[in-house]
Amino acid sequence: MHPAFSVIFFTSASGAGYGLLTFLGLFATLDWLPLNAPFNLSVITLALVLITAGLLSSTAHLGHPERAWRALSQWRSSWLSREGVFAIITYIPASIFWLAGGFPNHIATDWEFWGLAAGLCSIITIFCTAQIYASLKTIPQWNSVFVPLVYLLIGLLDGILIITFFTILFDLFVANLSWVIIVITSLAGVVKLAYWRAADKPSGPTSATATGLSDGSESVALLDAPTTSENFVMREMGFRIARKHSLKLRKITFITLFFTPATAATVILFSQTEAIILISSLLALVAAGIGTIVERWLFFAEAKHVVTLFYGTKSL
Amino acid sequence: MTSLPKPSDSPQLGLVIDLDICVGCHACAVNCKEWNSGGHSAPMTDWNAYSGTESQDGDDVGAWGVWFNRVHTYEVNEGPQSRTVHFPRSCLHCEEPACVTVCPTGASYKREEDGIVLVNPDTCIGCKLCSWACPYGAREYDQTDGVMKKCTLCIDKIYNENLEEVDRVPACVSTCPAGARHFGDLSDPDSDVSILVSDRQGYDLLPELGYKPTNKYLPPRPRRDHLSKEQEQVSIVDMANSDGSYESNETNNPLLKWVDAVLSR
Repeated sequence: MHPAFSVIFFTSASGAGYGLLTFLGLFATLDWLPLNAPFNLSVITLALVLITAGLLSSTAHLGHPERAWRALSQWRSSWLSREGVFAIITYIPASIFWLAGGFPNHIATDWEFWGLAAGLCSIITIFCTAQIYASLKTIPQWNSVFVPLVYLLIGLLDGILIITFFTILFDLFVANLSWVIIVITSLAGVVKLAYWRAADKPSGPTSATATGLSDGSESVALLDAPTTSENFVMREMGFRIARKHSLKLRKITFITLFFTPATAATVILFSQTEAIILISSLLALVAAGIGTIVERWLFFAEAKHVVTLFYGTKSL
Repeated sequence: MTSLPKPSDSPQLGLVIDLDICVGCHACAVNCKEWNSGGHSAPMTDWNAYSGTESQDGDDVGAWGVWFNRVHTYEVNEGPQSRTVHFPRSCLHCEEPACVTVCPTGASYKREEDGIVLVNPDTCIGCKLCSWACPYGAREYDQTDGVMKKCTLCIDKIYNENLEEVDRVPACVSTCPAGARHFGDLSDPDSDVSILVSDRQGYDLLPELGYKPTNKYLPPRPRRDHLSKEQEQVSIVDMANSDGSYESNETNNPLLKWVDAVLSR
């Protein structure tokens, strides 16, 4: 599939923002974080900025961005529509959480409740985003339970890394955060490896069965394409990357997104030097940011669409 | 509304495409483009139409544009046993089209009265998700209009009372010089198209995906050298030879052999 940058940025940035909100709500409830106004203001604002920037970016690839509001209407059947609806619903508890956490002296409300509500809505929104892709039977490697799991875990991973960096900056760090990072990176790493393993197995129809011209015993090869140059379907659905690049990029994803943050979390746990702790948390954040973008780019670029079978691909 | 209409007794209009007859002339695709350039989803925009002006569309090589109908040509099997099959491909107007249910705006819809799948160009936001959901590559994005376009089954032709009744068929069907395309109601088991499908073992494309396409494809007939002796039709040359009154028959006459071949089909 063609990797559109606006969609890669949207899923990465919004995913991180929603992951951040989820953990902030959870930690507020668990009392891991004090009601510290400057910290809350910085982090909840950052979450809202990431979410909003991502959502705005997602409208950039539309042919008619001014009609984007129409996308809220078909929640009965469309995951894209559900995603839009929940993205907007999330703003309500998130805004109250921001006010209650950022201005505790002026707003007297139960901030833990609104944090938890914002977190719950965030998880539902990430799930809806992932289901847009996971519900497509036309792309066998996406049509899997691993897709929502990966989206959720990577959003949560980016979120916890942002929280850790800011707690160190504001001197609010608690050791539990490092353990959460280690657990999430391990889970996300395992699930992503499982996704890649499943994606590498040839599956679904072949050019022979898709055209119905053979039961599989005879080959079916494209002799003449319908057009001399690439048409929309070939450009959008027929994006291909060389196998060797795919392997290299998977290694980069694994090292930046899972290995580096897990190592940094361990360093933070055992180091006594403030500078090393701060640099480690920043390094983990930057590495995961790069890793998320690479992972998302690969997610699209490696995905093979059934329609390519009509355009010369022999199997998926 | 992108929820699908409930199953009903209303007609399911569609096409039956005979892969045995199709000669791969692309006339269906060209006449489709011609009719629809003034039809429901007009215009059918082209970019870099004359090639060589690549700056107009950036990374482009060659001309491209919106077509609802495309003809692929496949080679089935290899070597002396291989066969060339021309394969026209357009929207199959599925009974359960995922392109409709994924649409976030309701611009994509399936008509209850005849099963035709259409896009409303006034509400489409151009998110392209429907083109991702379609396994048949039926939907093409118009980057000038910013909306998705697709086969309308010539909705503005098949119901057009200004046309002679015989012309109220999709443009691809009326233009096919080989008669390889048939149009009709596939929900009615007694319709000409349904009878054709059952006689010739018409099949669905990618039935395992579960979208229940309305359009059917008729498979190429088996190669002559696959026929058994019983299936082989008696040639008129054989008949001539078996008849005593034609003892001087010229069996090496190429014209007679050709007539024989044509009549034996």
